[in-house]
Amino acid sequence: MHDTQKHDNYQQYNSQQDSLKIADTYYQSRLLVGTGKYKDFKETRAAIDASGAQIVTVAIRRTNIGQTAGEPSLLDYLPPNKFTYLPNTAGCYSADDAVRTLRLARELLDGHKLVKLEVLGDPKTLYPNVIETIAAAKILVKDGFDVMVYTSDDPIIAKQLEDIGCCAIMPLASLIGSGMGILNPWNLQIIINNAAVPVLVDAGIGSAADAAVAMELGCDGVLMNTAIASAQHPIIMAAAMKKAVEAGRESYLAGRMPKKLYSAAPSSPATGMIEKLN
Amino acid sequence: MNIWVNGNIKTFISVDMTIATLVVTLNLTGKRLAIEKNGELVPRSEFVNVTVKEGDKLEIVGAVGGG
Repeated sequence: MHDTQKHDNYQQYNSQQDSLKIADTYYQSRLLVGTGKYKDFKETRAAIDASGAQIVTVAIRRTNIGQTAGEPSLLDYLPPNKFTYLPNTAGCYSADDAVRTLRLARELLDGHKLVKLEVLGDPKTLYPNVIETIAAAKILVKDGFDVMVYTSDDPIIAKQLEDIGCCAIMPLASLIGSGMGILNPWNLQIIINNAAVPVLVDAGIGSAADAAVAMELGCDGVLMNTAIASAQHPIIMAAAMKKAVEAGRESYLAGRMPKKLYSAAPSSPATGMIEKLN
Repeated sequence: MNIWVNGNIKTFISVDMTIATLVVTLNLTGKRLAIEKNGELVPRSEFVNVTVKEGDKLEIVGAVGGG
């Protein structure tokens, strides 16, 4: 979302009040994280705590039938009253499957409406199928869901998804799990400038620098999983991502200096030099 | 009676069973889950009313780690 309320001076800026608004709810953290690929639930929780994330994605999968009574679950480590769950449709390749999955999720989470829609087109690249995504978004919005939608970085599709009524547009930076960073900042820029709802980069972030760049472009937030979970030290990376998202956000709000090839304008005074010898 | 649970056939002695009873029988009491019967969501409030019959297909799901 293009932010027209950039702060004129530091006195107006209060990071506590710079919150992310999604579907009428305000969040202090602009970093959203996935809960997959961690060593165990304990590491999952520690990394999420270090990230400061308030919204965490979860997948909906078949329950193990058998001797599972008393076995700890993700929900024991991430209590739904402390985190905002964002159930996803990972692994769905059709609008129908995505809609079914999120209806199950809503039931599972006591009527919770905020969801992440993703409909994939190809198991090799996990590239989104935007045609099925649009079809699913229409059904879900009509059915009362608050839909945060994962999509390609096509500005036209992004606008269509917004027009359908999605509450956040989440274009990829690069392919899911690739860690390739932001491959097309110019498309993201167009999407951000055109959007009246939050735009979050979802997928492809590899390092803290990538997250900062996304935020400096004007993204309202960043969603990641693998960049943290598959780092050599996930908990340290989670802390790094928290800082990167905050730093990138403040850098965006501050407004960067113009780029110049050279300026002949040094930062130190050009006058008052001591007398030159000889 | 034979019904499909998460892709596997399960055999039950009872021929007329509610979903609430099925949940207990499968040792899933107290677990946070959602159930679909033959492609249709069954609200939790309906577990005590909806029955399963021979050949029904159930999907029983929960939340797991994912990105």
